[in-house]
Amino acid sequence: MTEYETPALEIDGLGVRLPGEQAARPILDGVTLRVRAGETVGLVGESGSGKSVACRSVLGLLPPRARTSGEVQVAGRDVLAMNRAELAGLRAGQVAMIFQDPRASVNPLRRVGDFLTEGLRGAGTPAAAAENRAEELLDAVGIRDPRGALRRYPHQFSGGMLQRVVIAAALAGEPALLVADEPTTALDVTTQAEIIAILTRLQAARGTGMLFVTHDLELASAICDRVYVMYAGRIVETNGTDALFDRPRHPYTAGLLACTPHIEAAAAAPRPIPGRPVSLAEAPPGCAFAARCAHAQPRCSEETPELAHHGDGLAACHRADEGIKL
Amino acid sequence: MTRYLMSRLLGLTAVLLVTSFVVFGTVHLAPGDPVTFLLHGRPATPEAVEALRAQYHLDDPLPVQYAKWLGGVLHGDFGRSTQFHQDVGSLIASRLPGTALLVGYSALLVAVLGVTGGILAALRPGAVDRAVLLGTGVATATPSFVSAIALISLFSVQLGWFPGPGGTPESLGDRLYHLTLPAFALAITFAGLLARVTRSAMLDELGREHVEVARARGVARGAVVRRHVLRNALGPIVTVGGTMLAGLLISTSIVETAFNVSGIGSLLVQAVTAKDFAVVQAITLLSVAAFVVVNLIVDLLVPVIDPRLSLYGEASR
Repeated sequence: MTEYETPALEIDGLGVRLPGEQAARPILDGVTLRVRAGETVGLVGESGSGKSVACRSVLGLLPPRARTSGEVQVAGRDVLAMNRAELAGLRAGQVAMIFQDPRASVNPLRRVGDFLTEGLRGAGTPAAAAENRAEELLDAVGIRDPRGALRRYPHQFSGGMLQRVVIAAALAGEPALLVADEPTTALDVTTQAEIIAILTRLQAARGTGMLFVTHDLELASAICDRVYVMYAGRIVETNGTDALFDRPRHPYTAGLLACTPHIEAAAAAPRPIPGRPVSLAEAPPGCAFAARCAHAQPRCSEETPELAHHGDGLAACHRADEGIKL
Repeated sequence: MTRYLMSRLLGLTAVLLVTSFVVFGTVHLAPGDPVTFLLHGRPATPEAVEALRAQYHLDDPLPVQYAKWLGGVLHGDFGRSTQFHQDVGSLIASRLPGTALLVGYSALLVAVLGVTGGILAALRPGAVDRAVLLGTGVATATPSFVSAIALISLFSVQLGWFPGPGGTPESLGDRLYHLTLPAFALAITFAGLLARVTRSAMLDELGREHVEVARARGVARGAVVRRHVLRNALGPIVTVGGTMLAGLLISTSIVETAFNVSGIGSLLVQAVTAKDFAVVQAITLLSVAAFVVVNLIVDLLVPVIDPRLSLYGEASR
């Protein structure tokens, strides 16, 4: 892999804003993010941090009437500039998204086979070929009797089995990039592990880039090469997974780590981050996290910190170099 | 499947039995005497009245009258009309085609206008949606006797596009042409209701996550609407549409009278006025039977639309 290779995904200074009085601050502000081919990149943050909007923007799925700035490049082409037909082509081919709840993702009234072949048929694959391909994919995600499964309805599958179907469907178009929006949140723990194993195995085998959105830091640390941390629509810190979790530079990252429960007997009890996330109606001056931050100084609520190099990674904090003690 | 159908048919018989008794009782409780009508106000000797009462079994106690009537019905004999001096069975058979054509025509209008109106409103928020909501609001609030008069006055009297009440059409095309105004008068209220049901069912489905997923997978907009939105909205549309079919049959009494169409509805009105018990009972039973049969068909269709609702508890594998 060279530096000059076109990345699977390159988001550059992406801003998303709702028109008029609907929101005081942008949903996304200057989000810059990169996923190389074959790489798994985590995007973590609380609910409302903008991570779902960020990953939907990769498919050109934006809130109605939203205004955007910056660029979202998939395989070198700007998604935000695409027309409807180009978007359909992008979604059917280059990028595939896996959503949180498989039960809600699949039309309950149509056969699993219809769901799997829909994308392929739309792209012009003949029915018989699409069906064979669907069968191969179901086999690849470990569904027994794939031919029979094509004839069944979603309610005849368990949540975990259905998420396998969704993954199979996502891989159908041989995408260069997978966007997974909390793909295991709706599943139980043992199923989560299976789904993650299948997802990482298939992704590695195909050299697919993956943007993995989650609020589960343990999960992110287990599968991601690099992690971006989002707060109030901005990237506040990014680094290689190990470095980020060993030595967080932003107090928000440190706070997220501190409120993750650990299973070891000697581990400290989880400590919640005080306060609540900033809503879209609020636009505090300075650092959006200052009100909840134990390390905040007067400067923090006056001057917005820019994302800057600290060590190997980037952090947007005035005190990033001082080192945080949890 | 067979067992399910059998139990439903048994239920149908029970419903018919109960309604027939209720109708029989109510008609007889109402004031007035069929004999008075039969005599057309002519003076008659008490013997003549007695003879008439005996001929129509009017002197037997009510349960006996009911049992005799029921025995006749089971043999296909619905009694005689006191008004037309004719077998009720053949009387209804002669009037049925007109009503069937009217209801069929009207049902087609309801389905086409209601469903397209609802789809348009759901897919085009803003001006189109507001226009459909306003139109359906007016349509739903307009009783069929009002729309009948309005349609006659506008399209028949002023514009002269369609024939007014009456007339004897010959060919089927001519009959349909004559039935156009009545069919619209009958359909307007129901089409308005169905449009509203379709609209809200479509909006419900448009908001589902799997619809966004389909869009996120690059499925064309038309295909998303057809396969994932309309397809999934069919459940409520078919269920409500089914009950409307029975409602159309009952509403024919007003429209047929207004347009002077010879059918079951106008026959019912005449029969009630004339205390023609046997005819009233037969038509009521027919309407109830139609209602139950349509519901049965809808119940059989619903699991075809939504495979999660299995009729006979087939275990999911």
